[in-house]
Amino acid sequence: MPFRFPSNEWIVELSRLLNESPSYESSAKDWEGDFVFVVEPDEAFEGTSFLFLGLLHGKSTGAALLSSLDERPAEYQISAPYGVWRKVIEGELDPIQGMMMRKLKLHGNLMKIMRYPKAAKEIVACCADVPTEWPGG
Amino acid sequence: MWTFVSPRIVFGEDALTELSAIPIRRALIITDRTICQLGLVDRVTEQLDRFGTEWQVFDAVQPDPDVPTVLAGADVARSFEPDWFIAVGGGSPIDAAKAIWVLYERPDLQPAEINPFIDLGLRKRARLITIPTTSGTGADVTWAIVLTDPGEKRKMGLGNRENVADVALVDPAMAVGMPPRLTADTGLDALTHAIEGFTCTWRTDLTDGLCANAAAEVLECLPRAVGDGTDIEARTRMHHAATSAGLGFGNAMASIAHAMGHALGAAFALPHGRAVGLCLPYTLEFIGRETPGRAALLASRLGISSSPGEPGARALAAAVRNLAEAVGNPTSLADAGIAKDVFEDALDKLTDDAENDTQMITAARSPSTDELRALFATAYEGNAVSF
Repeated sequence: MPFRFPSNEWIVELSRLLNESPSYESSAKDWEGDFVFVVEPDEAFEGTSFLFLGLLHGKSTGAALLSSLDERPAEYQISAPYGVWRKVIEGELDPIQGMMMRKLKLHGNLMKIMRYPKAAKEIVACCADVPTEWPGG
Repeated sequence: MWTFVSPRIVFGEDALTELSAIPIRRALIITDRTICQLGLVDRVTEQLDRFGTEWQVFDAVQPDPDVPTVLAGADVARSFEPDWFIAVGGGSPIDAAKAIWVLYERPDLQPAEINPFIDLGLRKRARLITIPTTSGTGADVTWAIVLTDPGEKRKMGLGNRENVADVALVDPAMAVGMPPRLTADTGLDALTHAIEGFTCTWRTDLTDGLCANAAAEVLECLPRAVGDGTDIEARTRMHHAATSAGLGFGNAMASIAHAMGHALGAAFALPHGRAVGLCLPYTLEFIGRETPGRAALLASRLGISSSPGEPGARALAAAVRNLAEAVGNPTSLADAGIAKDVFEDALDKLTDDAENDTQMITAARSPSTDELRALFATAYEGNAVSF
């Protein structure tokens, strides 16, 4: 069954897949820091969504669709329009290249996150494994 | 969408004289003591003296420059207040100069904060000229900065597109004095840039030609340049190939051999080019097992093999090994003089450092932790990769 993006069900499924990934577990074994993915509006999507993903020591500690950033503060935020997220999740855009081209904006301690490139790659790989339904076609 | 960045490149015989055409008020020359002793800095200052340009030399850059060194260089810069930095040397002085320049303009940053995701706002106080004295690094035209964290004995991949040089003066005369061993090591570095730039996942239509041509030039000219240092044509073509490979991989990325080489360099003080060149055939064999397409295509373009798939990738790996042997470089870590017990003690850290190296993100085939560990072990023994 596909999961609508963005939704509580979608981010919970990503959390579940991460917890089944030995590659993610080993590459992020020392990682400490939660994320919020901010999905911004564009021509295919109205409103703004906030997807919380808790990450600690190679496991996902929880996930939820938030009503605002204040609901559950996270160390990292990655913001991008809906269409950019779709390209990342469908594997058409490398998120690190996207950040270099300022298509995705990252807020948080960059010095720390740059030490875990493989973990970031594993998260993206798990995103691609979530069966996804896209509103707006 | 992607971006190609490059300095203005002045290359060929007498390229150094272009210095006199650049309006420099005060130049801080970043280099190392060996380059000074070889008289190469004198050639630069002779050009500056012709027009009465004020200059100062910071020659404290060591091989594999570390954070304290660039912090010291930034202090010198803040005191001297240059409007141009001139980096003279191989990759170490050039990388140090890029970092010193950033810290001079952005004293609010720490070296480890120099990353590609932020706007640095450079060129308000100074600009950068690079003058390579080896034929391999490509640092003269790339924006990458590699610094060593002495506390963790780990190399950090840093850099931002803004810190690419404004002008690169690629004068073969600055490299003709390289001894054979340095010629071989740096030449294999250039080959690794060319091949990884062509085979990594960030390769582009604009970088393919630069990488493929550079690889062909190194395969042909490196044995000549090592065998006869007075072969000026081979020296010149190697110098240009290194810059071409730099443009190629600098606008794509490197890959697993660089991730492994950085870890090895930090652990055993192996020269960078020797380390990455040694790892390259193993990583080509590894990606060739599952994702051989780009390596096989390059082998075809180089006239090494017309076999598609894994045989093509293995043929390319064999050509790299043959070249290393031809120029007298080790083809295994054991041959490189690393004792077995020392290697085994370091293997966990090597694996961890390589796995978390920024160059790993563009691997055509991402190794698991166990596969990466096995790659190091295979490279130690000098066996073919079978996994």
